[in-house]
Amino acid sequence: MNILRLSLNLLRRDWRAGEWRVLLLALVLAVGSLATVGLFADRVRQALQQQAQSLIGADLRITSTRPFSPAYRKAAEARGLQVVQSRTFPSMVSKGEQVSLSEIQAVEAGYPLRGKIEIDDGSVHVAQAIPARGTVWADERLLRRLDVQAGDEVGIGARRFVVAAIVVKDIDQSIGFSSFAPRVQMNDADLVSTGLLQQGSRLSYRLMIAGDAVQVKLLRTELEPGLSGNEKMEDVRDARPEIRTALERAEHFLGLAALTAAILAGAAMALAARRFVLRHLDGCAVMRCLGAQQGQVLWLFLYQFILLGVLAVLLGGLLGYATQAVLVESIAAMRNASLPQPSVLPLLKAAASGFALLLGFAFLPLLQLRRVSPLRVLRREMGSPEVSGWLIYGLAVAVLALLFLWHAGSLKLGLAVLGGLLAGLLVFGWLAWLLLHGLARNSFYFQSQWRHAFNNLARHGRSAAVQVVALSLGGMALLVLTLVRADLLEAWQGKLPPDTPNRFVVNIQSDQVQPVRDFFLRQSLPAPELQPMVRGRLVAINERAISGDSYPDPRARGLVEREFNLSYMEQMPVWNELVSGKWWGSCDTLLAKPADCGSGCQTASRVLETSASLCRGGQNGAGELSVEEGIAKTLGIHLGDTLTYDVAGSSFTAKVSSLRKVQWDSMRVNFFVIATPELLQDFPASYLSSFYLPQDKVRAGDELSRAFPNILLIDTGAVIAQVRGIMDQIAQTVSAVFLFTLLTGLAVLYAALLATQDERSHEAAILRTLGADSRYLRSLHLSEFAVLGGLSGLFAAAGAVLLGWVLARFVLDIPYRSDISIWFIGCGGGMAVVMLAGWLATRQLVLRPPLRILAAD
Amino acid sequence: MQAVGLTKQVLSGDQPLTILHDVTFAVEAGESLAIVGASGSGKSTLLGLLAGLDVPSSGSVLLHGADLFALDEDGRARLRGELAGFVFQSFQLLPALNALENVMLPLELAGVKEARQRAEASLEQVGLSARAHHLPKHLSGGEQQRVALARAFVTQPKILFADEPTGNLDAATGSQVIELMLELNRAQGTTLILVTHDEALARRCGKQLRLAAGKVE
Repeated sequence: MNILRLSLNLLRRDWRAGEWRVLLLALVLAVGSLATVGLFADRVRQALQQQAQSLIGADLRITSTRPFSPAYRKAAEARGLQVVQSRTFPSMVSKGEQVSLSEIQAVEAGYPLRGKIEIDDGSVHVAQAIPARGTVWADERLLRRLDVQAGDEVGIGARRFVVAAIVVKDIDQSIGFSSFAPRVQMNDADLVSTGLLQQGSRLSYRLMIAGDAVQVKLLRTELEPGLSGNEKMEDVRDARPEIRTALERAEHFLGLAALTAAILAGAAMALAARRFVLRHLDGCAVMRCLGAQQGQVLWLFLYQFILLGVLAVLLGGLLGYATQAVLVESIAAMRNASLPQPSVLPLLKAAASGFALLLGFAFLPLLQLRRVSPLRVLRREMGSPEVSGWLIYGLAVAVLALLFLWHAGSLKLGLAVLGGLLAGLLVFGWLAWLLLHGLARNSFYFQSQWRHAFNNLARHGRSAAVQVVALSLGGMALLVLTLVRADLLEAWQGKLPPDTPNRFVVNIQSDQVQPVRDFFLRQSLPAPELQPMVRGRLVAINERAISGDSYPDPRARGLVEREFNLSYMEQMPVWNELVSGKWWGSCDTLLAKPADCGSGCQTASRVLETSASLCRGGQNGAGELSVEEGIAKTLGIHLGDTLTYDVAGSSFTAKVSSLRKVQWDSMRVNFFVIATPELLQDFPASYLSSFYLPQDKVRAGDELSRAFPNILLIDTGAVIAQVRGIMDQIAQTVSAVFLFTLLTGLAVLYAALLATQDERSHEAAILRTLGADSRYLRSLHLSEFAVLGGLSGLFAAAGAVLLGWVLARFVLDIPYRSDISIWFIGCGGGMAVVMLAGWLATRQLVLRPPLRILAAD
Repeated sequence: MQAVGLTKQVLSGDQPLTILHDVTFAVEAGESLAIVGASGSGKSTLLGLLAGLDVPSSGSVLLHGADLFALDEDGRARLRGELAGFVFQSFQLLPALNALENVMLPLELAGVKEARQRAEASLEQVGLSARAHHLPKHLSGGEQQRVALARAFVTQPKILFADEPTGNLDAATGSQVIELMLELNRAQGTTLILVTHDEALARRCGKQLRLAAGKVE
């Protein structure tokens, strides 16, 4: 207790003397930025989750083609969860002579459990209940097709209903083929009276469940094993692969922002702790002289560090909470999104991280104090006791690694950033040392103060290298978050350009291919690329018969048990990427000839055609397959394997000649398996495509449905809007967090300058005594800062480019092109900032009388 | 206090360098001993060994019958806290603590309850009550050394080690400090071991130990 009291006294006294400020500042900023990012991310994540949940209208959904066992509802209700059922089926809706195929959805009171339906019944508002009995809500497509207005009557089955409202924004839709038709929502209690519930009705049942997350999870584990073959259970992650991808990317980006702040804070704290230890060596030696034991000294400082940690965590937590609140308020899109309140978890996480940083970056330097020799009081030149450098750096790296993995929330991202960081640290440290020594060795080419500056830097080679590394780390983080981030975001958002397809059109028959193309031409729309689709079942791999039982994995089993959508084409779709093997189209490039081929190139193109046909001839008889890499992994298919498919009773076998990576969120038609044309072109095929339908041509879609009644037109625009909305939110979040990282970066600079200030001031005093004027001193200091800043900036740019490339290539999965300006901005910016800060920090030094400084030493 | 065959060797490059060679002497309780010699003669090294701040290559120091080097570093620290006081050439006050707090420090480390009262009394003895709440940097050299004296005597040590206590002070201030130190020494019956190259100061001590190149002359 006594030591604790003494610690408190020392802390209070040291605090008064300003010794703790840098450490506290670094730690508060660290905890503050982690808390800001954490709280902010938590709110966005919750909002995204809610948004995503609104897509399926529940937390968990069971779908089936048969009525559910009442046991499901009971099990859910026993867990205190809300349950609502809907029944959906296709049916004709009529008005007078006109009829339109629609999707009728009969819902129970309480629907939807998650998300909101917006309706227009004179004014646009969120629906508070389900349609009253005797009325229906219809979407705009139905109104257009039947020329109906709100208040009109329509016929469904044996009954007539009043269209009470227009659905403006619907939920619970899937990209599945069922939502091709306009939707009509009715009260479930009216369903029987339509007379449509008959044997053979194509009813689809949905049981929607929502409530406490833990209970939902438990219910899922309870019910899932007992589901029958036609029942499917899904939550938001299963339901929407494209939303899942967006969510995961969001978490990656936010994790990255948090990591950068942690690195910077660690660097600032390491510098501050070093200075703290150096300044307390004498005091510790005196205390040891006065009878303090090693344990006492250790606890004396440990208590102070812990108290400091608690204080920093409290202040940082407050700062973080306030900052994220301000951020949310200052971003219009966020303010309007009415984000949910953050949970307390990110605060706890930030606090724990703060203590971990304190431990990793300050604890071992602190151990040095314990081991100060009391003899130092007699011999000041003794220096500080050395704790193994490996131990210090090892602990710091270990703590950072754990924090990385924790905050990144993804092993891949954590390891990518950590690996880049560690490699960067070692290479940059070594390079900095080498460069500084090289400069000193060649300093005779330079003016006196430059020579002096180079020699100074080389003399403190190791500590100068550490400063360069710390500063370049800060700079790298800043560059990554500004320039690289902008590049990455642009490239990432570029994946969904404004003309991203927003309609799928399927079930086009072979004889309709040309008429459909002509229809698009008449509507002045670009003709869609129609892709053939043949349905086939995988029956053997490498001549060995397979069935669902061959696979323990339910996903693999499901894939084998149902029919695959196969396609054939000459060229690989541009939104696919070859992972291994070779695309058969490699000799087709020979056929490409310029459109305006003049007479001169006629001969050349004939030669090309001959080569192409020779090329084809080489492959005659042996068709090839290209398989999506994910499904290949699930089903255990490798390059070179032969697959046998059963298509409409006859089978074919072909070799897998390539594996492809497919962007599922590209909103384009994708196939798991693509074959060479000769394999499939003789089988009956239907055609499908995706295309972009501009807002002002929406009616063309309806006309297409009318002209070709068998064709299914699916509207994916809403999903795209949702994905894009999520991306925008993430982009804004990361931009906002950048401000915080900038502050932490400046704290690193501040700590780095303070760390060397004592020595600098001592040297300045001696130089002044020897006759150096303040101009010489100033230019000496500025030269040193220019070298430090320039090197740091150079390294920061190199690190940022490297890290950006790693992130783009391995994490975000996009091509990365760096801008050359990053090097100039890095170098120039580093020089300018370090010189400015250095000048501010040392301008007093050159003016102070030397005796005062030497006496104080 | 008894020193027996104290020898200290260090490595200078690859060569062993003997700083102290077989130093043996004894000081009775309440006596004063001045260690004198030219710069580099090994004075400070000897003082460091006597106070247990460093360990010898061979030889031993008996303090109140206890072998200093049979104890570990923490044991020696405890013994220092109980028995010894220190005054240094460069004062060695903790810059973050004010005068009173500096004097309280050894008492607080030893867990003494009435640290504050005793520290105030000690500052009173050196005539610095009025400056109790000043930080070291706001005190003159003489005042800083008087605070150091107050800190050294506040634990009522059995033995006081002083390393060139006037080395950083002008002649007049230095002699004031010496008077004060000797007076406190007499009043408390403390054993005094003093390193100095001031012959006049050395003569005021009961015994002198003259060192040249690490050996007793």
